[in-house]
Amino acid sequence: MKEFLLIFRRDLVTTTAQQSPAEMQDMLKPWQDWMGSLAARQALANPGNRLSNDGRVVKSGNLVTNGPYVEIKEGIGGYIIVRAASIDEATELAKGCPIMLIGGNVEVRAVVPMDSNG
Amino acid sequence: MQEQGLIPHLFRTEYSKIIAVLCKAFGMEYIALAEDIASDTFLQAAETWGMKGLPANPVAWLYAVAKNKAIDAIKRNALFTKKIAPELIQSTEINCEPEIDLSGQNIIDSQLQMMFAICHPSIPAEAQVGLCLNLLCGFGADEVADAFLTNRETIYKRLARAKEKLKSEHIILCLPAASEINNRLARVLTALYLLFSEGYYSSSQNATVRKELCVEAMRLTHMLVDNEQTSTPQSNALLALMCFHSSRFEARINEEGDQILYHEQDERLWNTELISHGEFYMCQASKGNEVSKFHLEAAIAFWHTQKTDTPEKWDNILQLYNRLLITEYSPAAALNRTYALAKANGIQEAIKEAELLKLDGNHLYHALLGDLYSNIDYAKAITHLTKAAGLAKNAAEKNLILKKAAAINTGNPSKAQEYLIKS
Repeated sequence: MKEFLLIFRRDLVTTTAQQSPAEMQDMLKPWQDWMGSLAARQALANPGNRLSNDGRVVKSGNLVTNGPYVEIKEGIGGYIIVRAASIDEATELAKGCPIMLIGGNVEVRAVVPMDSNG
Repeated sequence: MQEQGLIPHLFRTEYSKIIAVLCKAFGMEYIALAEDIASDTFLQAAETWGMKGLPANPVAWLYAVAKNKAIDAIKRNALFTKKIAPELIQSTEINCEPEIDLSGQNIIDSQLQMMFAICHPSIPAEAQVGLCLNLLCGFGADEVADAFLTNRETIYKRLARAKEKLKSEHIILCLPAASEINNRLARVLTALYLLFSEGYYSSSQNATVRKELCVEAMRLTHMLVDNEQTSTPQSNALLALMCFHSSRFEARINEEGDQILYHEQDERLWNTELISHGEFYMCQASKGNEVSKFHLEAAIAFWHTQKTDTPEKWDNILQLYNRLLITEYSPAAALNRTYALAKANGIQEAIKEAELLKLDGNHLYHALLGDLYSNIDYAKAITHLTKAAGLAKNAAEKNLILKKAAAINTGNPSKAQEYLIKS
C-alpha cells in the first residue's frame, strides 16, 4: 500500500462563496461520515488537518504578503493522507469528498517514501 | 457462608493479596516462593479448619499463617543473607524480621504495583491478561484456560514463561515515576479492557465465568480510579465503559447462556445503578480535553443504555464510531459503524459502504450484510447468512445466525432485521 496526500481546495476569497456558521455546521456531518467511511476501510493513514483562512506567504527577499490568494481565489482548506494501492484507487477515494458539495476540488498526490528517489 | 464454600471463596479474594504483599516484600524474583507460601497457607487452612472448626476471623487467620510462613522461609532460605542483610547493614535500626505488612493499605498498594509489573513492556501482551487473572484475581491455570477457551498446557506454559520474565527482568513492585505513568498506565488499561471484553464478548458458554471476568476487570479498574496517581481521565472513561456495558449483562444472556439481541432485551433487567455509576465516572473522565478510545467507547455504550430508537441517537452513535475508527481501526468498530450508518443514514447507503469493507472472511460481516439485505433482497440475505453460519466460530453464534435465516425464510424479517453485533 502507498500513501497519497489529498489536498482540499476551495474559493477562499469571493464573499458569496464563504459559508455561514450554520452552513459550516451542516457540512460537519458529511465530513465526519466521509472520514469515518475511509477509516472503516482502513484507507485513512492520517486524518490531517483543517486550515484557517488566515495566512502569510514569504517570498524571496523576505517579502511577506497576506494570504496565498493574490493571483488566484482558490486556497488550501485542509488535507488528509490516505492509503491506497495505486493513484487510481486513491482518486476513487477522493470522489466522495464533501469539498465538492461547496464547489471545491481535491488534488491527489503520491507521497514519495523517504528511501525512494521518486 | 457455608464452611465448604468458604475456602474457595477466600482463595479467590485473598490468595492474590497475599501474593502481591509477599512479592513486594521479597522482590519479584521470589514470585515462586510467594506462590508456594500462599498455596501452603490455604492447604493448612483446609486441614486445620476441617478438624478444629472455623477460626473467629478466617481472613486474619490466613494472614497470620502466611506471615509466619513467610518469616520462616526468609530465615530458612539464603534469601535472608542475599536480599535482606545488605539492607539491614545500611539501616540504623536492627530488625531481624522483614516487614510482611498485610494491612489493607499495603494490600491495595501492592496489588496496584503488581498491575504495573504484569503490564511491564517486557511481558508479551497476550500473557498480560492471563497473568492478571492468575496473580491478581486468584484464577488457577485451569480457570484461565477455561476463560480463554485454550488448553491448560498452553496457558500453563504461557504463564510460566511470563513469570520467568518477571524474575529475569528484575521488575520491582512500585508505581512508575510521574514522567512515565501515562505510558505505563496505557498498557495496564489495555490489559484490563481486554480482560473485560473477554468476559463480555467471550464465546465461552459459561455465563458464570464470563461474569466473573467482568467483575474482576471492574474491581481492578476501580483500584486505579481510587488512587490519585492512576485516576486519570482514561482510567475513569474505561470504568464508565465497563459500568455501561455490564448494566446490560443480565439482559443479554438467557438462562441457556444464549445471547439476546439488543432490541429484544428486556430493559427492566438493565441495572440502573450501574448506569448511574457509569455516568458518574464519565463526568470524572471529562475533566480535561482528552478524548481517548475509551472515552468514545464509553459514550457509545452510554447511548446503548438509552432504549429510545431515535435518528438522533443513531447519528450520535455513528459520529462516535467515525471518531473511534479515525483514532484506531478495528473490524468490530467498522462493522458496528455500518450498522449505525444503516440506522442513521439509511440501509442503501450502509449496504454500499459495507461492500467496501473487505472483511469477507469475517462471519459478523456476513451476518451484518444478511441483516441489511433482509428487507430488500431475500436471496442475498440468505446467501450472506449461510456464509456467516459457515464461518461462525462456535455453536452458539452459528445458532443465532441460523435463527435469523429462519426468521427471514418464514417471512418475518423484522425479527431478524435489527441486529447489533455488540448487542
